[in-house]
Amino acid sequence: MSQRLPKGGRLIDRSTEMSFTFNGQTLHGYAGDTLASALLANDRMMVGRSFKYHRPRGVVASGAEEPNALINMGQGSRFEPNQRATTTELFSGLTARSQNHWPSLDFDVGAVNAHLSRFLPAGFYYKMFIHPRSFWKHVYEPFIRQSAGLGQAPTERDADTYEHFYAFADVLVIGGGIAGLEAARAAGASGAKVLVLEQTAHWGGRAPVDGGHVGGRPVEDYIDSLVAELQAMENVTLRSRCMGAGVYDHGYVLGYERLNDHRPGQDGPRHRLWRIRAKQIVTATGAIERPLSFAGNDVPGVMLASAMRDYVVNWGVTPGQRVVVATNNDDAYRTAIALKKAGVDVLRILDARETGGGALMNTARDMGIRIDCGRGIGKVTGGKRVKKVQICAQAGAGGALEEIACDAVAMSGGWSPVVHLWSHCGGKLLWDGDQAHFRPDPSRAPTGADGKPFVTVAGSANGHLGLDAILPDAGEAGRVAAQAAGFKPKRAAAVAVDPTTEAPMEPVWMMPAQARPALRAKAWLDYQNDVKVSDVRLAAQEGYESVEHTKRYTTLGMATDQGKLSNINGLATLADALGEAIPNVGTTTFRPPYTPISMGSIGGEARGAVFQPVRETPMYGWHDSHGADWEPVGQWRRPYAYVRPGETTHDAVMREVRNVREGVGMLDASTLGKIVVKGPDAGRFLDMLYTNMMSTLKPGKCRYGLMCSENGFLIDDGVVARIDEDTFLCHTTTGGADRIHAHMEEWLQTEWWDWQVYTANMTEQYAQIAVVGPKARVLLEKLGGMDLSKESLAFMEWRDGKIGSFDARVYRISFSGELSYEIAVPASQGQAFWDALMQAGADLGVMPYGTEALHILRAEKGFIMIGDETDGTVIPQDLGLNWAISKKKTDYLGKRAQSRDHMTDPTRWKLVGLETVDGSVIPDGAYAVAEGTNANGQRNTQGRVTSTYHSPTLGKGIAMGLVLNGPDRMGEVIDFPGTDGTVYKAKIVDPVFYDKDGEKQNV
Amino acid sequence: MPGVHQMKRYSAFAVAREALRFHTGWERAWRSPEPRRRYDVVIVGAGGHGLATAYYLGKNFGITNVAVIEKGWLGGGNTGRNTTIIRSNYLQDPSAAIYEKARGLYETLSQDLNYNVMFSPRGVMMLAQTQHEIRGYQRTAHANALQGVETRFITPAEVKELCPIIELDGPRYPVLGALWQPRGGTARHDAVAWGYARACSAMGMDIIQKCEVTGIRSENGKVRGVDTTKGPIDCAKLGIVVAGHSGVLAEQAGFRLPIESLALQALVSEPIKPCMDVVVMANTVHGYMSQSDKGEMVIGGGTDGFNNYTQRGSFHHIEETVRALIETFPMISRLKMLRQWGGIVDMTGDRSPILSKTPIEGCFVNCGWGTGGFKAIPGSGWAMAELMAQGRSPLAEEFSLDRFRVGKFIDESVAAGVAH
Ligand SMILES: Cc1cc2nc3c(=O)[nH]c(=O)nc-3n(C[C@H](O)[C@H](O)[C@H](O)COP(=O)(O)OP(=O)(O)OC[C@H]3O[C@@H](n4cnc5c(N)ncnc54)[C@H](O)[C@@H]3O)c2cc1C
Repeated sequence: MSQRLPKGGRLIDRSTEMSFTFNGQTLHGYAGDTLASALLANDRMMVGRSFKYHRPRGVVASGAEEPNALINMGQGSRFEPNQRATTTELFSGLTARSQNHWPSLDFDVGAVNAHLSRFLPAGFYYKMFIHPRSFWKHVYEPFIRQSAGLGQAPTERDADTYEHFYAFADVLVIGGGIAGLEAARAAGASGAKVLVLEQTAHWGGRAPVDGGHVGGRPVEDYIDSLVAELQAMENVTLRSRCMGAGVYDHGYVLGYERLNDHRPGQDGPRHRLWRIRAKQIVTATGAIERPLSFAGNDVPGVMLASAMRDYVVNWGVTPGQRVVVATNNDDAYRTAIALKKAGVDVLRILDARETGGGALMNTARDMGIRIDCGRGIGKVTGGKRVKKVQICAQAGAGGALEEIACDAVAMSGGWSPVVHLWSHCGGKLLWDGDQAHFRPDPSRAPTGADGKPFVTVAGSANGHLGLDAILPDAGEAGRVAAQAAGFKPKRAAAVAVDPTTEAPMEPVWMMPAQARPALRAKAWLDYQNDVKVSDVRLAAQEGYESVEHTKRYTTLGMATDQGKLSNINGLATLADALGEAIPNVGTTTFRPPYTPISMGSIGGEARGAVFQPVRETPMYGWHDSHGADWEPVGQWRRPYAYVRPGETTHDAVMREVRNVREGVGMLDASTLGKIVVKGPDAGRFLDMLYTNMMSTLKPGKCRYGLMCSENGFLIDDGVVARIDEDTFLCHTTTGGADRIHAHMEEWLQTEWWDWQVYTANMTEQYAQIAVVGPKARVLLEKLGGMDLSKESLAFMEWRDGKIGSFDARVYRISFSGELSYEIAVPASQGQAFWDALMQAGADLGVMPYGTEALHILRAEKGFIMIGDETDGTVIPQDLGLNWAISKKKTDYLGKRAQSRDHMTDPTRWKLVGLETVDGSVIPDGAYAVAEGTNANGQRNTQGRVTSTYHSPTLGKGIAMGLVLNGPDRMGEVIDFPGTDGTVYKAKIVDPVFYDKDGEKQNV
Repeated sequence: MPGVHQMKRYSAFAVAREALRFHTGWERAWRSPEPRRRYDVVIVGAGGHGLATAYYLGKNFGITNVAVIEKGWLGGGNTGRNTTIIRSNYLQDPSAAIYEKARGLYETLSQDLNYNVMFSPRGVMMLAQTQHEIRGYQRTAHANALQGVETRFITPAEVKELCPIIELDGPRYPVLGALWQPRGGTARHDAVAWGYARACSAMGMDIIQKCEVTGIRSENGKVRGVDTTKGPIDCAKLGIVVAGHSGVLAEQAGFRLPIESLALQALVSEPIKPCMDVVVMANTVHGYMSQSDKGEMVIGGGTDGFNNYTQRGSFHHIEETVRALIETFPMISRLKMLRQWGGIVDMTGDRSPILSKTPIEGCFVNCGWGTGGFKAIPGSGWAMAELMAQGRSPLAEEFSLDRFRVGKFIDESVAAGVAH
């Protein structure tokens, strides 16, 4: 059994007990435990089920590399699936449930898959479930989906908050192990601004567990003093519980800080995403031990040797009482020694090397541990817990030499540097045959914009496994990084470090080397995804030879640990099957994040109401309190209609339209784009931008203008007012303001950079109110001020002046066909001005109107709307707007395009009005059908509706549309089928339904 | 000339039979031969489109003396990187025709190839979150009805029923309805490439991996062959089907293409138990999501704003996409991002593909599928094969290069901001 040892545990505080639940049972641990160590202390070795075969799974590692111990954690709005128990700090009240089983962890129906595993090899689903066809969707897929997946899906809105931090560093050190700290000190000593990120809550990494001496002191003391020294340096920042998640181009790095995971419910954000720009990066990310591939290496109780040592030393927990150690290197002897010192029975060390290890082997032997060299594990038996180990000759095929009863196995297949962050941005690797691992190739580091490396690697991450090599390497990395960041590092005095006395490791990719198929089919590479040695060999046999093919065919390394334990073993297996050298097979791509990071942290603060800022006009609050039915338009919200109690939205719209036609209405037009274009070349510039001639416009006058893209398509429209000789104010559509401003700048900056023009987007500087209707002038005159008569302010003119006490700029323009004034006042005055107008207009029956009334009013008048009549494929000529296209100009944007064959094709659909025969409203988006079908069997069409409304003014359905030869077919009736089968018959008419002669707007 | 290779059929029975001998009897899914000196047809690019082109050349036209040349591993380009959404609810007639052809072929592709590509017609919805979008999707629904594409505009209540994890009343952009294509869905991307490769190989075609085309040879305006890292190869007809690298190949052939290459990114969450049975695209907030059979939430968004070839992307796009989806599906906030990646997509000005003859006689190009060509693979291969074999294909007609000269664009951005 696994249990707490009577003493020891450098990270736990035995005086602070914490209770938590696992599958509903209350258990106890200590402050400083991880959930994994606490579970092990309570003899909960088996903690989950694997993905494919639902095999029992136990804790196998002690850190971020853990593939098995994933749990459903928390409840309700703080529930989270797939929490890694090995990196979850224990807290009082933690609730954990194991995953991927039904009905229970011990008894799981899905475990039948394990018995069928022989029939479910890699890629079995590509070969099966092909017939009958409908079964995939209705039978097979639902079954596969149900048995796949790991944790439960959360159901509630997340109760926590998240934030983003922006940071800059000269040298960013990722990893707070001894190498990271040493590198940070070296860099910090040069004066560089240093930031150090450590994913765990503790500094020093593995070194305190592995032991050793630096400068004659225990390494733990050395680390303490390093930390103290760094904390005292003003230019150095240390962040623990903060993982380096990804390295991106140009020294951009993500840090993922878990602020409240160990104390949920506390104030403040749960996670913080650091967005760091670093001149130089040092990756001191350590190394991860590899499992050994022997049959039954997935039975709970089989654990990485280093992890077992961690549990003993850090948390005072032993994973078993009678342990067998299997290894191909010296490091695992440390585990045996640590176990033995803690009073645990170490039954045997099986060293695959014929000649065994170095000094550590002698120490172990001196402690009375039996060591068998040239031996390995033939098979581990036990279902939910290790029961027995069969010993075999490593060189053989697996014939059992001996069987020992035990309850835990510590395995070590050697160490692989954590090269992820080095590789994210293009750093290349080299194969180190001595250590049998890939490590960063210093000559092919990720490079920045200047072509120079911006990542340096330090310590175990660089392939060094002994303190005597790690410390100088790390110091040098810190200095190299500081120097590259522009600082002058100082050379530090060397410290005395215990020399390494280890014997060389020997690669062991299969244990035993000649294992039979039956054993290979039980030797796991990827524990979570259930990929075995036999699966990788099958992939190779079937021609999935590229490592990417093998990965995808077998799902090797695609689990939540992204192959931290399985990748190298899998590669080696593949290389062996192909008869290739490992480096020729290569690795799969390392992608961010290093370990999974919460979606919440990626989203940051911007969620809910502040997901995107709502742009509010100065009258926003008024609208909101007067029944506004909001419609999102770009980032703005505009009132669709002002719905009164007892009214439907449709009623409100009809009322608003009628009120404008008969009395006076007010529209908040502040969202319309207002771009000032200024400079000696402003006129010339606008002549290029608009199809119309703008340079001839007189100050004081307005002109309706059209803008096209280079391809000739109409992209925006609006009224341009000439303010003075050098200054124009261009109105754009609401949605167009930012886009058109950018469009102007792009042309100015890339093509006409020598023209003297400035543009400024003044949209938010003004509140603009349209006062519209036959009584508009009466209303305004009640406020007093400037002369608004036809004589002094004619249609399509503007004036600055006063209305009441307000400084105003009044445009006499109309988008409804009625007498209309659009009045701009400073944004700060908008609400007061609105109030004044409402008050003055009260006895005239003034009412606000929304965007839908605006749309109907303009459609009745036959005015086009960008986004309705246009869709990026329509040119002004299609819309009968030739009058707005200057014939005198030699050029404007879109002119050349509009002369291309397809644009001058007479069969282009043209704008017309449409009146339903029975008065009904044609559905939005309906097409007019023609006879027959095209070469691809699609029904032929001859037009489509672009805007369609019930017109309260005309009392019937009206529409605008684009129709083949439309303008020549006045009076003809064409068919618009709806999606429900109803056919709408509509007569082709003039698009101007209301006041064709334009008398009303001119009064 | 290699004989047609009798491939062993896949079935549950075959798997059971093999299980008894520890699967030692499975043969290679495709052969990996050295290139010969000459083929009738050479296809450059063993992505989905290149492989499907080869497959239909063989299947529909009996042209099997074909090599598909791939610089990396087959299916390793965008075909192996995409988010596998299959739909045909396009607006413009030419698009709807080719995508619906493809979708129809997907329905029976597993049986056709004897390889389970896991086509899962679970339904695709595109959310309408503005009045403008409602009108746009209603237009698409009308167009689709006439194009023979089954779609429907559905209410928010129907949206919720089909996808319970969605938030209808988000404070910023409430869901107002959706365009629903019940027979849209997903498929397993790798399997599509592998299934086609296996079938091509079985017809005697050579798929040559780790072989880069470095030059295109022509004489008197007629194509002669290609230079590769495994030596020169002659051919009578050449199909360039290399997605993001189309511009590079066109340059080798001596003409230019109106293509820009941009990084498009995607990401997956850790796997969870099934909670989402449909594909949802939210174009106003700009993100889309589905759940793979493995249980991962598969997420994508928009392209990066700058041209590049790195297959990495910038993080801010990931941020925007995830943020958009947290708004749409608040429960994902407590899931974790497992992996992010990028592919280089080949974008044309009108966001529609190019299937066309080129200025070089005998040289054809199939590219420009941009952010949305996985769904098109069978239809595109079908049309491209027809075009290469017969010089004309109704499905490809409107997608010719000439459209950029005359201005006859097929603009789909009209209908949706993103087109995956
Ligand atoms: C992140 C992402 C998400 C996407 N999501 C979707 C989606 O949900 N739905 C959808 O329908 N589409 C989606 N797409 C788009 C889709 O993936 C592509 O349109 C489609 O896969 C393109 O296929 P292809 O065969 O044309 O290109 P690829 O698969 O890229 O194949 C081109 C091949 O050409 C090879 N090649 C290039 N140059 C040479 C040379 N000189 N010599 C030899 N070989 C060469 C490349 O190595 C590559 O294998 C997405 C794309 C990305 C990147």
